Amino acid sequence: MLSALTISQAHDKLKKKEISSVELTTSCIERIESVDKKLNAVVHRNFDRALIEAKKIDTAGKFDTPLTGIPYLAKDVYCEAGIPTTACSNMLRNKDYIPPFDSTTTKRLKAAGAISIGKTNTDEFTMGASTETSCYGVTRNPWDTSRVAGGSSGGSAAAVSADEALFALGTDTGGSIRQPASFCGISGIRPTYGRTSRYGVMSMASSLDTIGPMCKSIEDLAIVLEAIAGKDMMDGTTSEKPVEPYSKLLRKDVQGLRIGLPKEYFIDGIHPDVEQCVRAATETMKSLGAKIVDISLPHTKYAVATYYILCPCEVSSNMARYDGIRYGHTPNKPKDLIDYYQRARSEGFGAEVKRRIMIGTYALSAGYYDAYYVKAQKVRTLIRKDFDDAFSKVDLILSPVSPHTAFTIGANSNDPVAMYLEDVFTIAQVMAGIPCLSVPCGYSKEGLPIGLQMMGPQWGEAGLLSAAYAYQNATEWQRKKPHVS
Amino acid sequence: MTSLTKEQVLHIAKLARLTLTSDEVTNMTKELSSILGYVEVLNEVNTSNVEPTAQVTGLKNALREDTVHASEATPDSLLAASPLPIVEHQIQAPHAHG
Repeated sequence: MLSALTISQAHDKLKKKEISSVELTTSCIERIESVDKKLNAVVHRNFDRALIEAKKIDTAGKFDTPLTGIPYLAKDVYCEAGIPTTACSNMLRNKDYIPPFDSTTTKRLKAAGAISIGKTNTDEFTMGASTETSCYGVTRNPWDTSRVAGGSSGGSAAAVSADEALFALGTDTGGSIRQPASFCGISGIRPTYGRTSRYGVMSMASSLDTIGPMCKSIEDLAIVLEAIAGKDMMDGTTSEKPVEPYSKLLRKDVQGLRIGLPKEYFIDGIHPDVEQCVRAATETMKSLGAKIVDISLPHTKYAVATYYILCPCEVSSNMARYDGIRYGHTPNKPKDLIDYYQRARSEGFGAEVKRRIMIGTYALSAGYYDAYYVKAQKVRTLIRKDFDDAFSKVDLILSPVSPHTAFTIGANSNDPVAMYLEDVFTIAQVMAGIPCLSVPCGYSKEGLPIGLQMMGPQWGEAGLLSAAYAYQNATEWQRKKPHVS
Repeated sequence: MTSLTKEQVLHIAKLARLTLTSDEVTNMTKELSSILGYVEVLNEVNTSNVEPTAQVTGLKNALREDTVHASEATPDSLLAASPLPIVEHQIQAPHAHG
């Protein structure tokens, strides 16, 4: 099955003319048609246009970038001109929102010759950790369809894991790339804040949102990140720093690399299989030449609380644009303008979006702003400082991505705080704006994938990817595939 | 521990331009109180003399030449996304006062 190839394998075959882009794209389409009824990972299909693109690329016959002719899926928050993009929300689904412009990322991928074949499922406006808040229903985990694929980029993770595309785009605000990648046994990277452009990607929390790739290998992550990263005039928070040729800087050893193990990430309540796999991965890194150092990130336990103030505050502000005027849901027979706004929003948004808007509105309202928002921003400074101190002693930090493997659908649905605690290991990095990734590091006794988290200093993507590549090269976890039929 | 009253929930909903059903008000009162209770853990942290972080990579002003760039989206294509009637290149919104 061609759709099971990695980007680098497919590129090699395309270049040698052993396969065509039409064959590769068709293979992904057939795979989606055969398995997606079970998984519900793909919510908008763009097959006709994709095949036309593939044909053009085959006719031109030039596979000069590693992404030329490579089919991919984008999370349903990436705007693409002429293609429905609905954030898996009834707010935008009722009259399918069709953006008249491309996000910078999909535009850069198009310029590199990659082919967009559709949109993947996500928690509504990316708010969730399980894809259960999507208006299209939950995405099922390819390794066990009674379990979640994680979230919010659960559709992208399940799709890549089940070979519905060669890679997918996700977004990560509080762990939304890394946790689903971990639950589905694939690789995913959250870059430094401002390394990739957020333009044309529907916002959740603007000081925390990042966009990044989800792939079948670390090498593929490097290939895609290289193509999409860099300064963008349309996103003022992107950096001028030059993008390094990540895929050419991958090395097989980590000689002399200092790796920190933060004691706050190996706590009671972590599943024994997860701990065992992460400890074993540490040993692997040691055997490859790394030096392991015990470290402390003392403010770790405050990260989730900080996030669940900052994120809803920014959500309440970002969601204000959805008033049913320029786009989105429209209510019947409104009494007046205020009634129109209130009903457009109340009918369009789901429970978790409303909950975050409410918390944020409260925390930002007169008299509470300093006690909540400013306080959380100050704690954010302390969390960031933890990492500054740590990276003066080590080059890389290792931890689990999640304290457990994929949970059963519905297990956390009735308790918002329990669902928020899903992000316990993936939020501190967000507060510090550092790059971090998830790489498969084993399987639980039940056969569910486990992810290893690697974190680097700001703008340290090259070293981070290289270390993960060395680990992946020394192990075979990513070769195992789920049986979906 | 912070706990919200139904009246406070209704007031926040009004500020947020949301109309909540009575079930939503009941659930929201409980859930918001539990979330606000959870975040109280931050009160343990001494933050006197700590500056707040708003921009994490230290980027200051992002300036560029003030030149006009053509956008992919045309005014008509942007208007076409509206669910409301378009009259003379403008969106016809409901009356502000009934």
